[in-house]
Amino acid sequence: MSIAVEPAPAAASGVLDKDTYKGKIHPDWCPGCGDFSVLAALQAALFELGLKPHQVVVVSGIGCSSNLPGFINTYGMHTLHGRALAVGNGVKLANHELKVICTGGDGDGFGIGGNHFTHSMRRNVDLTYIVMDNQIYGLTTGQTSPTSRKGMKTKSTPDGNLENPINPIPQAIVGGATYVARGFSGKQKHLVELFKGAIMHRGFSFVDVFSPCVTYNKDNTYQFFNPRVKILEEQGHDTTNFAKAMEKGYQWGEEIPIGLFWKRDDLPALEDLDPVLAEGGPLAFRELGISDAQSKALISELL
Amino acid sequence: MATVDFAIGIGGEAGQGIATPGDILARIFARRGLNLNAYNAYQSIIRGGHTFLTIRASDGPVRSMGDKIDVLIPLNQDTMDRHLRLLKKGAVVLFESEKIKPGAAADGVQICPLPMKQLTAGNKLGGNTVAIAATLQMLGVEFKAMEDALARIFKRKGDAVIAENVGIARAGYDYAAANFKAFPFKAPNLGKGNAVLTGNMAIAMGGIAAGVKFYAAYPMSPSTGVLMYMASHSRQLGIMVRQVEDEIGVMNMVIGAAHTGCRAMCATSGGGFALMTEAVGMAGMLETPVVCVDVQRAGPATGVPTKTEQGDLWQALGAGQGDYPRIIVAPTDQLDAFKCIPELFNLCDKYQCPGLVLSDLLISEGTASVDPKELNFKPKIDRGEIIFPNTNGNGDSANPFGGANDNAYLRYKLTESGISPRAVPGTPGHIHVAASDEHDEDGTLISDEFTNPTKRREMVEKRARKMETVLSHIAPPKLVGPESAAVTLIGWGSTEGVIREAVEKLAAEEGIVANQLAIKWIVPFHADEITRILSRSKKVIVVENNYSGQFARYLRSETGFAAHGHIRKYDGEPFMPHHIVNAVKEQLGGKSKLSVPHHEIHV
Repeated sequence: MSIAVEPAPAAASGVLDKDTYKGKIHPDWCPGCGDFSVLAALQAALFELGLKPHQVVVVSGIGCSSNLPGFINTYGMHTLHGRALAVGNGVKLANHELKVICTGGDGDGFGIGGNHFTHSMRRNVDLTYIVMDNQIYGLTTGQTSPTSRKGMKTKSTPDGNLENPINPIPQAIVGGATYVARGFSGKQKHLVELFKGAIMHRGFSFVDVFSPCVTYNKDNTYQFFNPRVKILEEQGHDTTNFAKAMEKGYQWGEEIPIGLFWKRDDLPALEDLDPVLAEGGPLAFRELGISDAQSKALISELL
Repeated sequence: MATVDFAIGIGGEAGQGIATPGDILARIFARRGLNLNAYNAYQSIIRGGHTFLTIRASDGPVRSMGDKIDVLIPLNQDTMDRHLRLLKKGAVVLFESEKIKPGAAADGVQICPLPMKQLTAGNKLGGNTVAIAATLQMLGVEFKAMEDALARIFKRKGDAVIAENVGIARAGYDYAAANFKAFPFKAPNLGKGNAVLTGNMAIAMGGIAAGVKFYAAYPMSPSTGVLMYMASHSRQLGIMVRQVEDEIGVMNMVIGAAHTGCRAMCATSGGGFALMTEAVGMAGMLETPVVCVDVQRAGPATGVPTKTEQGDLWQALGAGQGDYPRIIVAPTDQLDAFKCIPELFNLCDKYQCPGLVLSDLLISEGTASVDPKELNFKPKIDRGEIIFPNTNGNGDSANPFGGANDNAYLRYKLTESGISPRAVPGTPGHIHVAASDEHDEDGTLISDEFTNPTKRREMVEKRARKMETVLSHIAPPKLVGPESAAVTLIGWGSTEGVIREAVEKLAAEEGIVANQLAIKWIVPFHADEITRILSRSKKVIVVENNYSGQFARYLRSETGFAAHGHIRKYDGEPFMPHHIVNAVKEQLGGKSKLSVPHHEIHV
């Protein structure tokens, strides 16, 4: 079967406005959940970038935050717990003309999906990964997460968490992500800018968002973050300075930096490296099968 | 009828270079139009151990490694000690006389010592060349065939290296002519060339023929050959090939690519498949067509990575939690593996479900010859009800950004067939969410805010309904041999060839009339036709490579038919024809209902 891809005439005439990105379903998150702000920021970023909804795929795992694809008007995949990045890699490589945005929570991304996080970064596929990091397992009603602070009391650590949390910012910088940022649900305008930069960045972009769980996390609340977060863009941070990026990434306490820590544009994305994608458009739309000359060549190898 | 049928066994330590002489011999025989089958018994070791390659060739059909060795080439003492005792009258053993001592051999076995130092003129790598050349001489193959093979192999190393090796081969060839007695037959030249391929190559080529554009894998024996073939042809054919961090990632990535519109495929072995299974279930839920090959090896856990088994049947039947439609096929040989991959892709695309292929080490790492005309790279392609950006009839929706915001397009529309047209991302007017949670027709979750038993039931039934018609698209199994036979041998997947040879042997050597029913399609299962055939059989024996009779139990679950006897092997090695022959005799004599043949060769 031949698949000739033509531009869709209807798409050109569609009118984009802010409501275009609203999903059919109203989010069922708890009132006050940080994820509302992340969703609104993502919708605003897509609108401001003028991206057409059918050219965007939002891929999530499982968890409260992973319900996001249902609340936004783009193509969506609501996959398995921890697997958003693996699925997202496949979507992007199959059609590298799509904008692929993976979303999920800290347990989904750094716990059960940790291996895909590590390897998607070094693979430097051109996609955006947004983690709504609330330092708790919400959907399972309040157990410790990979980013829960040491000593934190949760339903699975009633006597306090004995384990050290991971810090995704230095992990991403070292792991090979080429755009590493942190945002906060309480700073939505800033978040929109971080998302826009991430989506337009060519390579693996990562935005960790403090997105407070108002129901189960009594430690990392809006009241905790509001006075502490300091916007890097207001401090003259050099996003090309590795040592400074790591230093800022590790900073925690009375001041917690948010913003773009690290960005490099000198590394090609995987899609630019694989000659299979060099011409012929998205793999998904190419004609199936091989030519007679190619099949002859394959058979001659066997003779 | 076959006029010649001979087998050559080459054994030594891993690393002693058994693959190359094996490949030379296989190609020489195939180029003469002979049929062949090669099986390499080896261990999970890079250097050392005992590796034994059996190459059998004939001008008649060759469906297994057979029962006998005519030429033994031991490259070390250990191989001599293990295999010489199994040689029968008329066989020959060729070996380096300075290094290896023969032991006691049966009467009529020709002992052929080769003075390697003299024949190779000191070239330490030349020993295998001498042994092959001597073998070819004794099989009546003209020297030119060897010369051509060496020219091909050493092409990159230049004329001097070719000339040196041709000289060494000549010395071995002439030495055999002068000192050894040739076989009473000659390997004929039938004047047409056969292609030589492994099952893993056949699986990869089947994917290529089906139009696979995305292949992902994590290396795992004995499936890695598929990855290597795909990787080495990726750029030439425009196929994206990725080695992924783990098998969980593999299957999820393949689903992402398939959902986006590629034909996407992966291969693994049982352990990797275990990691994939949650995602296989997701393919069932998202209704995404993917093809996954499980090349079975001896399990459980790490098991015996280099040995064969048919132990993953129930794993495939039960892959992933919950209840969802899937298609499972067990190809019967290398060529069948090539042909069944495009067929499976068509079914998966049509029915929007995962497809599983149960290969095993015997097929995948086994080598076979095929008529190149059988390798059709232009099979029928049916992508089912798929909507691409250019084919969707954009007029379906006034709103190109619609779909999620209106009900013009319903991804999981309840239809009579259960099949709902599938739009790929990037298509205007068809925006939707594909969710691994249970969902409504438009993709909206019905799992959290409002569960809905009526809708849940409808969606379960919609997915299940797809399977009602799939059976009509697959060929029912056929009984081979007379209906009035004394015994019916039933097997599945890779045992087809060896059972056929056992049936022939039973008739020719024992005067026992047997017939054979080979099962290839596991799900859906032609239960009615199989019941009809088996109910007329006098005695039904299930032959399979596992301990618990996985297929016998499946047969019973699907048909209610309980087999009368069982032949099972779970020592890691494949059946040889005589194993089945002896077991059938034993069971027809009423001595046993369960036979577990002993594998005489310790490899």
